[in-house]
Amino acid sequence: MPKLKLPNPIPDQLRPRPQRPGEGNGRKSTKDVVIESGRDAGISVVDWVDERTSLSGAARWTMFRKVPKGTNWFYTLGSATMFAFLSQAVTGVFLAMYYDPSPTRAYESTRHITNEVFLGEFVRGMHKWGATVMMVLIFLHMGRTFFFGAYKYPRELNWVVGVVLLVLTMIMSLTGYLLPFDQRSFWATIVADNINGTGPFLGPYLADFLRAGPEFGATTLARFYSIHMLLVPGAIAALIGVHLYLVAKLGTTAPPWVKAEEPEQLRTEKV
Amino acid sequence: MNQREKEQYLREYSVLKAQGKPFFPYAVAKDSVMAFLVLVAIIAMSLVLGAELGPKADPTTTTYTPRPEWYFFFLFELLRVIKPAELTQAATIGIPTLCLILLIMLPFYDRGPERRPERRPIATTAGIITIVAMAYLTYLGASAGSPTDIEMKAPSDLDRQAVAQFDQGKLVAAQSGCLACHKIGHNGNDGPGPELSEVGARLPREAIARTLENPTAPMPSYAALRRDEPEQFDAMVEFLSQLR
Ligand code: HEM
Repeated sequence: MPKLKLPNPIPDQLRPRPQRPGEGNGRKSTKDVVIESGRDAGISVVDWVDERTSLSGAARWTMFRKVPKGTNWFYTLGSATMFAFLSQAVTGVFLAMYYDPSPTRAYESTRHITNEVFLGEFVRGMHKWGATVMMVLIFLHMGRTFFFGAYKYPRELNWVVGVVLLVLTMIMSLTGYLLPFDQRSFWATIVADNINGTGPFLGPYLADFLRAGPEFGATTLARFYSIHMLLVPGAIAALIGVHLYLVAKLGTTAPPWVKAEEPEQLRTEKV
Repeated sequence: MNQREKEQYLREYSVLKAQGKPFFPYAVAKDSVMAFLVLVAIIAMSLVLGAELGPKADPTTTTYTPRPEWYFFFLFELLRVIKPAELTQAATIGIPTLCLILLIMLPFYDRGPERRPERRPIATTAGIITIVAMAYLTYLGASAGSPTDIEMKAPSDLDRQAVAQFDQGKLVAAQSGCLACHKIGHNGNDGPGPELSEVGARLPREAIARTLENPTAPMPSYAALRRDEPEQFDAMVEFLSQLR
C-alpha cells in the first residue's frame, strides 16, 4: 500500500472521483490501465524517496497548513517579493554568462550584452527593472506587516529577519549599480562610497574594504561583483528560508479586524 | 503583552486558523496569480523602458550626474536638506542608522496587544508620517536641480561689471565638475578635495590660477581651458578669488 495518503483538506474538485455505477463496462480500457500504472509508478517513486528522506511530512506540514480566516490579497506581497528575487536570480545567471568584471572590459561586455547578445537588452532590462519591482514589493510587504500589527507576539523574530532582508536588498541594488561601469554608475558609486567613509569608527575601513584599497582601482569592480552575485544573494536566500520557516511554523496572522466565530458547539451550549 | 494576553492571542488565533482554508491550493493560487502579475510587470517595463547604457566611466571627466537609483533618493536628499557642515555626518550616517535601529527594534518597544491600525494611533501615525516623509524626500530628489548648480551670491561690494564676471565664473565652475570633489557653499561634495567656499581668503588669485593649471592628482588640469578660452578661465579664477 502506498503510504503517501492525501490529507483531508483537499477541495472536492481535486479529489479523484470514484466510478459511478454503470460507468465503464467492468473491464478497464487500455487508457485507464496506462493512467493507473503511471500513477502507481509516480507513487512508488515518491514512496522510495520518502522512505529514505522522510520529506513527505515536511511537505505536508508546509503545504497543507491552514491559513486563517480572512486572509486576503495583501498576504501575497511577501511571496511576490520572493518571486521577484527568483526572477533576479535567473536573469542574473544569464547576465553573468557574458559580463566581465574587469575595469577595462566591464563596460564593453555590458555594451555587448545590450547591443549584440540575443535578447540581451531584454534580459538586462528585466534585471534592472526587476530590482525596482522587488524594492517596491518589499516596501509594500513591510507596510502590510506594519499596519496589520503582524510584527507583534509571537512574530517579532520574523520582523527582525525581514529588516535584515531589506538592508541586504538595498546592498544588492547599491553594488549592482556600479557594474555596467558607465559614467552615471561610476560617479554614483564614488559618492556612495564617500558617504560610507564619513561614518564613525568603521566608516573609513568599510569604504577602504569596498574599494579594495584607498583608491578606486582595478580590483574594486571585481569586489563589488562578487559581493553582488555571491555573498549577498546567498545570504538573502538563506534568510528567506529562515523567514519562511517561521511563517510556516507560526502561521500567518489573520487580518486584525477579523474575529473568530465561536465554535458551533459552544454557541449551543450557552443557550 | 503580558502572559494572559499572549495566551488569549494564541487561543483566538488557533480558532481563526482552524476556521481558515488550507494553504494549498487556496493561498498558492492567489500567490501564483500575483507572481504572474509581477512577471508581466517586469517584462513590460523591460520592453517599454529598455536598459540604457550611458557613456563609459571616465574618472577624469568633469561633467557627469552622480545620481543614485530613485529608491535611494530619500537618503541622498537628507544630505541636501540638512545643510550645516557640522551636521553632515548626522545626515549621512547618524539619521539612517538611527532609523534602522528604530525599525529593527520595533517589536521590542511596541508590545501592546492591539493589532487594529485604527486603535494604535501612535504606531499608525508614525507609519504614515514616515511614508509621507520618504515620499516627499524622493520627490525632492527626483525634481532636484542638477548637481552642477552653485547657489553662491556675489559679494555686495562688487560693481555691476564685477558681478557679471562673478556670475560667468560661477557658471564655468559649475559646468567644469568642480562640485564632484569640492564643496562650494551648500553645493558639491565634501571631498576628496578641500572646501572652496572661502578659498579666496586662503589663496591669492595667482595661486588659484596656478592650481587650476597644475593641480595635484587626482584633480584634472584646466590648462586646456586657459589656452582655448582664456576669458572663461579668467572668469572662473575671478569667481574663486571672490569666495571668502
Ligand atoms: C526578501 C524579502 C522578503 C521576502 C521574500 C518575504 C517573504 C514573506 C512571505 C512569503 C511571508 C508570508 C506572508 C505574506 O506573504 O505576507 C512573509 C511574512 C512576514 N514577513 Fe516577510 N518577506 C521579506 C521581507 C520582509 C521585511 C522587509 C519585513 C519587515 C521588516 C518582513 C516581515 C514579515 C512578517 C512580520 C511576516 C509575518 C506576517 C504575518 O504573519 O502576517 N518581511 N514574508
